[in-house]
Amino acid sequence: MATLNVNPTRMELTKLKTKLVTARRGHKLLKDKRDELMRIFLELVRENKKLRREVEEGIKAANQHMSIARSVMSDKALNVALMLPSQSMSLDITEKNVMSVMIPEYSAKFKAPDEHDIYSYGFASTSSELDFAVKSLFDIMPQMLRLAEVEKSCRLMAAEIEKTRRRVNALEHVMIPRYEDTIKFITMKLDENERSATTRLMKIKDMMVKDAIEAKRAADYKGA
Amino acid sequence: MYKIAAIGDKDSVYGFASVGLSVFPEDEAAGAARTLRKLAESGYAVIYITEFLAAQIQTEIERYGEQTMPAVIPIPGVTGNNGMGLKNVSRSVEQAVGSDILSE
Repeated sequence: MATLNVNPTRMELTKLKTKLVTARRGHKLLKDKRDELMRIFLELVRENKKLRREVEEGIKAANQHMSIARSVMSDKALNVALMLPSQSMSLDITEKNVMSVMIPEYSAKFKAPDEHDIYSYGFASTSSELDFAVKSLFDIMPQMLRLAEVEKSCRLMAAEIEKTRRRVNALEHVMIPRYEDTIKFITMKLDENERSATTRLMKIKDMMVKDAIEAKRAADYKGA
Repeated sequence: MYKIAAIGDKDSVYGFASVGLSVFPEDEAAGAARTLRKLAESGYAVIYITEFLAAQIQTEIERYGEQTMPAVIPIPGVTGNNGMGLKNVSRSVEQAVGSDILSE
């Protein structure tokens, strides 16, 4: 029995009882938090896996086009074509609070007025394969952003879930049993003290009664 | 206003320039680590890095794991993918649940 090192007094007992109530409530709350986090996390992870497959497929397709473009165009021409992009993407980030984990939400903004303005080169001197490569990258971009969002959220949540899980376990298996044991120990000790006080009183009473009887007898004897 | 970057070998990332990302061609781990650190400090919210490079500077990437910014996301390069992206997802699951319950 693991008990805390405390004096077995009534005051400690009251204190411990309040602590136990708090610990139980904390445990319940943390457990709820963990379950909810876990539910969201698993949803996110499933989405993460799906997105990752899509993005990997998309990039693979783009790379295939790119390789062909590279083989039909000279290195220099390709560099020139891609050197000065006409489009520039920036992000607005809002943070969303999910069970005290701050997860990011991205929304993309484009510099050029038309977001489809992705071809930064003249079509005369470039291969059409380059267009396909650029187009497929552009098509996969929303998924890539969502992937970044989801993957980051997953990482942050995993860390938070681990922490919460540890706290729940510590409360459930260490703190609460320890409080319970200590409370039991103090109650038993106090009961024991009470019993010993009662027996002592009874013993003293017996002694006093015996004394009284003897005194009475002595008086009677003298009188007789 | 935050920016998006792509780090990787030239062939893998140049295409991203045309869709509006800032590209940083890097061929080796040391340079990539340096660039990554520089970008993380200068307002890049999302940094895509080829799996080939990401595998070599894992510890460097790990530092940003528990910060909200930046998100460092491995992507496959021209040389194909080494499954690192999906492995990272599985690792998150393992950290959260205790074992990888979603592997197939």
